[in-house]
Amino acid sequence: MTLTRRLLLLTGLSVALSGAALAQTTTATPPAKTAPADAGSRFITVSSTTSTQDSGLFGHILPLFKAKTGIEVRVVSQGTGQALDTGRRGDADVVFVHAKAQEEKFVADGFGLERKPVMYNDFILIGPKADPAGIAGAKDITTALKAIQEKGAPFVSRGDKSGTHSAELALWKAAGIDLAEKKGAWYREIGQGMGAALNTAGSMGAYVLADRGTWLSFKNRGDLVISVEGDKRLFNQYGVIAVNPAKHPHVKINDGQAFVNWLVSPEGQKAIADYKIDGQQLFFPNATQAGA
Amino acid sequence: MEFGAIFKAAFALVVGLDPGFLAIVGLSLRVTLTAVLIAALVGLPLGAALALARFPGRSAVIICLNALMGLPPVVAGLFVFLMLSRSGPLGPLGLLFTPSAMIAAQVLLVLPIVIALTRQTVEDLWGEYRDHLRSVGLEGLRAIPTLLFDGRFALATALLAGFGRASAEVGAVLIVGGNIAGYTRTMTTAITLETSKGDLPLALGLGLVLIALTLAINAVAFGASRIGARYAG
Repeated sequence: MTLTRRLLLLTGLSVALSGAALAQTTTATPPAKTAPADAGSRFITVSSTTSTQDSGLFGHILPLFKAKTGIEVRVVSQGTGQALDTGRRGDADVVFVHAKAQEEKFVADGFGLERKPVMYNDFILIGPKADPAGIAGAKDITTALKAIQEKGAPFVSRGDKSGTHSAELALWKAAGIDLAEKKGAWYREIGQGMGAALNTAGSMGAYVLADRGTWLSFKNRGDLVISVEGDKRLFNQYGVIAVNPAKHPHVKINDGQAFVNWLVSPEGQKAIADYKIDGQQLFFPNATQAGA
Repeated sequence: MEFGAIFKAAFALVVGLDPGFLAIVGLSLRVTLTAVLIAALVGLPLGAALALARFPGRSAVIICLNALMGLPPVVAGLFVFLMLSRSGPLGPLGLLFTPSAMIAAQVLLVLPIVIALTRQTVEDLWGEYRDHLRSVGLEGLRAIPTLLFDGRFALATALLAGFGRASAEVGAVLIVGGNIAGYTRTMTTAITLETSKGDLPLALGLGLVLIALTLAINAVAFGASRIGARYAG
C-alpha cells in the first residue's frame, strides 16, 4: 500500500519534480546563476538600435572587444528613442544610437557624459520592382518622396521614434511635405523595427526608408529593390554615450567607458570597417571626423 | 523563399542542433519550468486554502483571480519592468534584463491560473468528500494535503495549462529580458527577432522545436497520469 502511494506521488507529480530537478541542476552552473551583483562575471549593458543588431555588426565586433578586455557586452536592441530612454532610466551603462539631435539632448539633460561619433552608414529608399511612383534610380530623395505622395503610392513608416523614423520625418520636411496634412491611407505607420518594416513593405508592395546595413543582411526581400540611394541627405551617423554616473551611481562607468573608448580607438574602428556581408562594407568608421 | 523551401530549411536546422540553438532552448525551458514550479509551490496551497476558507470578500477575490487568468502578458511584463527598472522601487536589486526578471514575469502569468484552477478543483472535491473527511477528523487546513493529493490529476492539468501560457508568451519576456543574445534570448523572442530579420527558416525551425517540446511535455504528463490512474484503480 505504501509502495503504491509512493508510486502515485512520483508519477502524478512527475512534471513538477522534473521541473524542480531541471531548475536545480541548471541553477548549479555559474552562467545560470548570473545576477548583476555577481562578482565573477564582468559585463556591461548597452542599449542600442535594431539596425546595429539586425545587421549583425555586434555579432562581429563584440567578441573582439571581449577577447581584449574580458568584458562581456549585453546588448538590448530597441529603437533609438527607447534605447535612450533605457539609458535615462539607468537600465543601461552605455547607449549606442543614431539620432544626433536626440543624443545631444540626452547629454545636455545630464543623462550622458559625452557623445562621441563612431561610424556612419546610409539610408536607402527601398521599393517594389514594379515602381508605382516611377522613381527608380532618382538621385534626389526629396523629388522621389514628392512623387510617392502625389501618386499616393503605399509607403511604410517605422512610426516608432527610432533613428530611422526621425530621419524619415526630416526627409519629408526637406521635401516640403507636411505629413500631418497630407498623410492618408497610402502612409502606413507600423510602429515596429526595421526588419518588420521591410517585411511589411515587401508584402504590401510599398516603399520604405531603410538603413543599408539592415537591408544588406535582410533575407526576405521578395520583390523589393533599392529605388533611391546616394543622396548625401541620406547620411546616417551613429554616436556612443556612456551613461552619467552622477545620475545613476550604479552604472559601471569604468567598463562602460572602456567600451566607448575601444569603439573610437583605431582598433575598434578597424573592427567596424572589417565587417562585411557578401564583400560589401556595412558601416564606415569616422570617429576622428570633426562635427560628425 | 516559397513555403515548402522554408519548411525544408527549418527541418535541416532542427536536425543539425548547434550550441547557440541549444542554449536558447535550454534557457526557455529553465525560465518556464522554474516559473511553473514557483507558481505550483505557492499556488497549490493558496488555491486549496481559498477553496476551504470563508471570509468576507471571498467572491470578489475569486472573480479577480479568474479574471487575472486572462492578464495580457505584455501588461504583466510592463508591470515587472517598472518594478525592476533602476528607476523603479526594486531597482537596486539590478534584476532587469536577467533571466530572474523573466521568471518573475512568468510567475505573474502562471500563478493566477494555478490558484484559480486549484480553488475550483479542491472546492469540488471538498463538496464530494466533506462528510467522509470530517468523519476521519480532517477538517479545515488539515484537509488540504489530502484534497490536493486526491485532485492531483486535475491539478497536473492546471500546471500544464500554466506551462503552456508561460512557454508560448513573448511580450513579457521581451520587455523584462531584453532579448540579449546568449543571455536572455528565449525561443519566442528569438522567433520574433528572426522573423523581423527576414530569416524565416530559422524562425520556423525554432517554432517547430517549441511545438515539439510542448507536445513532449504533455505526452509525459499524460503517460504519467495514465500509469498513476492504473495503480490507483
